[in-house]
Amino acid sequence: MAALAAAGKVDLAFIRAQAPIILAAAPLTIFISIVSISIAVVFAVLGSLGRISRSAPIYALATLYVSLVRGTPLIVQILFVYLALPQFGIVLPALQTGILALAFNYGAYMTEIFRAGIQAVPRGQLDAAHALGMTDRDTLRRIVLPQALRIVTPAIGNEFIAMIKDSALVSIVGVQEMLFFARIIGSQKFRSFETFMIAALVYWILTMTFSFFQEALERRLAESDRRI
Amino acid sequence: MSAQSGGRLAVDPVHASGSGPIVRLIGLEKYYGTNHVLRGCLLEVMPRETICVLGRSGSGKTTLLKCINFLEEPTVGSVEVDGIRVEANPLHPRSREHAEKIRQIRLRAQMLFQEFNLFPHMRVIDNVIEAPMRVRHLARAEAVEVGEKYLAKVGLLEQRDEFPARLSGGQKQRVAIARALAMEPKVLLFDEPTSALDPSLVGEVLNVMEELAHEGTTMIVVTHEMDFAREAADRVLFMEEGVFIEEGPPEQVLDSPKNPLTQVFLERFLTEGRIRRTRPGEEAPAPLPPPIGHTV
Repeated sequence: MAALAAAGKVDLAFIRAQAPIILAAAPLTIFISIVSISIAVVFAVLGSLGRISRSAPIYALATLYVSLVRGTPLIVQILFVYLALPQFGIVLPALQTGILALAFNYGAYMTEIFRAGIQAVPRGQLDAAHALGMTDRDTLRRIVLPQALRIVTPAIGNEFIAMIKDSALVSIVGVQEMLFFARIIGSQKFRSFETFMIAALVYWILTMTFSFFQEALERRLAESDRRI
Repeated sequence: MSAQSGGRLAVDPVHASGSGPIVRLIGLEKYYGTNHVLRGCLLEVMPRETICVLGRSGSGKTTLLKCINFLEEPTVGSVEVDGIRVEANPLHPRSREHAEKIRQIRLRAQMLFQEFNLFPHMRVIDNVIEAPMRVRHLARAEAVEVGEKYLAKVGLLEQRDEFPARLSGGQKQRVAIARALAMEPKVLLFDEPTSALDPSLVGEVLNVMEELAHEGTTMIVVTHEMDFAREAADRVLFMEEGVFIEEGPPEQVLDSPKNPLTQVFLERFLTEGRIRRTRPGEEAPAPLPPPIGHTV
């Protein structure tokens, strides 16, 4: 970087001036990611219950959801929500569009993760809960889902990291998050190298910070597994 | 749907609770596909009675137990526990009423598993109070009181805040017993409770079970522990190919069995010390082996 600056290829003064504007958009990126992943978890729990349901229509619906969403590009889904749904009278602002599309998309991927997690809970756990007289609902809520959640935590963490990065895609519908500013400022001033470097660095720091918390969380969840 | 088989079947459907049997199985049959695992079991267990069910692996003992609390739905027959009677109805989805009756039976007939099945994400005390709170709707403080009482009974009050992963197998099974007792059931069903244990840990579990038996807890115990059967059982039943082929006081069944199949089983048991251990899931779906002459 220093060498590039010395050669006059990188404008450090420009970085100093513009970085705060791009950085100021970082909270929105974090906000979009957190809200989207939270809604995606709800989609995923419902989707996974559908995927293990004995009711054929529910199973079919959940399977269609996963297949459809995983079979189409995320950017198409974002544009579809923003530009195609208005034809049916559904007009969502850019931010809501982005969050809905991200949550819907990640919900489908995480559906399969949750399904695998639920099915990884041993059969004996269900037998024990039923034998104690617990209802199906309590068994699911108190016995199966907590254990499934622990099984899927590492995978969900990876999804969250991917979500932080994919949240950049919502800039295409005009959500003013980090990439939006990096793109606008960079092209206005013909300094895209600098602005994209800043944005990339922030994404990297965000994902590394999150990885750190993820490891801490996994350690905490593993407490009940520790023997000593 | 209650086809009844066997002899003494014209049982009085109503019985004064307290004087009659607490568990009554009538013409219980179970098919897995074409595999006829239970072939018309009749069993009446009186309050305070401890019965042991012996038999080879694959003879249907575990299936019998699981049919009592409907972890497996019997194909034919009826189960009555503490006056609550449920007819087998495997071909239809469970109605609300049917499911509720099954739940009522489960509350009264608590099962102990070969693999303990403690909830690994909950501390010992939470394992014990979960069902009293959710199912019996006790307040937390009350449930904790009940839970601690039974943990003390099995000698594990000090471990109340441990996670199951930190307990030995014997301790786990004792916690499972406390968990079942905290539901204050009418009868305990034991499915080979010591089969998954290291031999050195079997004793502590059997001691607790013997104490329960001597206190008058009604128990149906599927086991290969002959000493326990001799010491604690009021009655021993020997099962073969899905039916009881011999029944009587332990001395009689264990020392001078009448049925040749029982004789063969016990002889082999004495010479080999211990018969082959049943793995979970193995007993049920495996096709029935030929009657005799098969062990390992």
